[in-house]
Amino acid sequence: MPKIKMPKGTPSIDMTPMVDLAFLLVTFFMLTASFRNAEPVTVETPSSISDKIIPENILMVTLDKDGRVFFNLSDAEARKEMLNNMLQKYKIGLSEEKIEEFSFMSTFGCTMQELPAYMNTEAAKRASFPTQGIPSDSTKNELLDWLSFAATAAGNTGRTAFEEAKLKGGEPKMEEFKPKFILRVDSKTLYKDAQVVIDVFRDLNLNNLNFVTSAEAIPVN
Amino acid sequence: MAQIAESGGGDHGKGKKRAKKGSTHVDMTPMVDLAFLLLTFFVLTSTFSKPKVMPLAYPAKPKITDPVPPKANNVTTFVLAGDKVYYYRGEFYPKSRPGANGPTELTEANFGSGENSVRKLLASWNEYVIKNKVVLDKKLDKKQISDSIYDAKLNDLTVEREAVKVLIKTDDKALCKSFIDLVDELKIASIGVIAPTDLTAGEKELLKAKN
Repeated sequence: MPKIKMPKGTPSIDMTPMVDLAFLLVTFFMLTASFRNAEPVTVETPSSISDKIIPENILMVTLDKDGRVFFNLSDAEARKEMLNNMLQKYKIGLSEEKIEEFSFMSTFGCTMQELPAYMNTEAAKRASFPTQGIPSDSTKNELLDWLSFAATAAGNTGRTAFEEAKLKGGEPKMEEFKPKFILRVDSKTLYKDAQVVIDVFRDLNLNNLNFVTSAEAIPVN
Repeated sequence: MAQIAESGGGDHGKGKKRAKKGSTHVDMTPMVDLAFLLLTFFVLTSTFSKPKVMPLAYPAKPKITDPVPPKANNVTTFVLAGDKVYYYRGEFYPKSRPGANGPTELTEANFGSGENSVRKLLASWNEYVIKNKVVLDKKLDKKQISDSIYDAKLNDLTVEREAVKVLIKTDDKALCKSFIDLVDELKIASIGVIAPTDLTAGEKELLKAKN
């Protein structure tokens, strides 16, 4: 009787489909992933049912849970214009390089006095820069100046973007290019502190604010 | 494991020497390892959900030259104090000048979904708007009206006499979380007129008595 022979050699599986899939997924994730900029503060936003996605051209004021104020302007061009105006107003000098670097940063928070030191700090260490944030009280309202310069600058860049979109054809809506005013508060921030910032916005006649929230399911009834 | 090149071909006797007919398999293991490593990295680091925003229009700062605004109908005032939420309906009547139903009292509510929750209360008070909104929603679904008309009609609906309008007042200890929660509840109940304002002296007194 002949014995049944077991096949010799290495058992092999064709892995090609799996590899194809793996690379497909890698490509997908690489192309869709967007990396967040480093933020100097961590903020846990409250949740709401709103499903409006955060717009493109924004002025964002961030309040951490101790009520410190941080500021961010999304458009790089506008940031430069805003910073130059601020430096002029407060008579503070900053090198051309640092101004360039500033225009690509995200959220920042310090007084005008601290700004040169803040910019000279390494990017990774700015999160631990000892600061009280941007002063927004009535005696020394730097936030008001930041906001008013930022609103003008962002308004200008928004208009330019709108004109460009119009030249490209299509019917863009001016509304979409106007800067939006965003307030990002921590769940634990006192509303009293937020109110100070809101009043600064209202002083500038910017009454349509948006609160950053994380998504929450809409209750079904 | 991927197929590993075996000793292919083999001898064919003593005939001509032929080029080895080896299988052209390449060991793909390292590549696959790398692919999955990258895959894992991107899966774990990518964030899909962009943060959402909740729009809220604040009333413009009143100017001295402004005329006295007319009294709105059907106003409910919410008072956020610490982690508690109180409300009263209609105008404020101090003890010295009580209204038809006596002086104003603050009633406590909560952010749950059960008895005495803000959601239940608002749903019953604002039934008129919610009902009419359903009609509008259906029209929009059937494409009988356009988006812009829908928005305009919804806006008109929320300022009607029967619609509830809300004032939000906060004390010094109120957290942003409760504020956002409250505005969220108001949006769920399709309330269009929301105005965050300051506490009056009379309301402060009532609050003090509560704590």
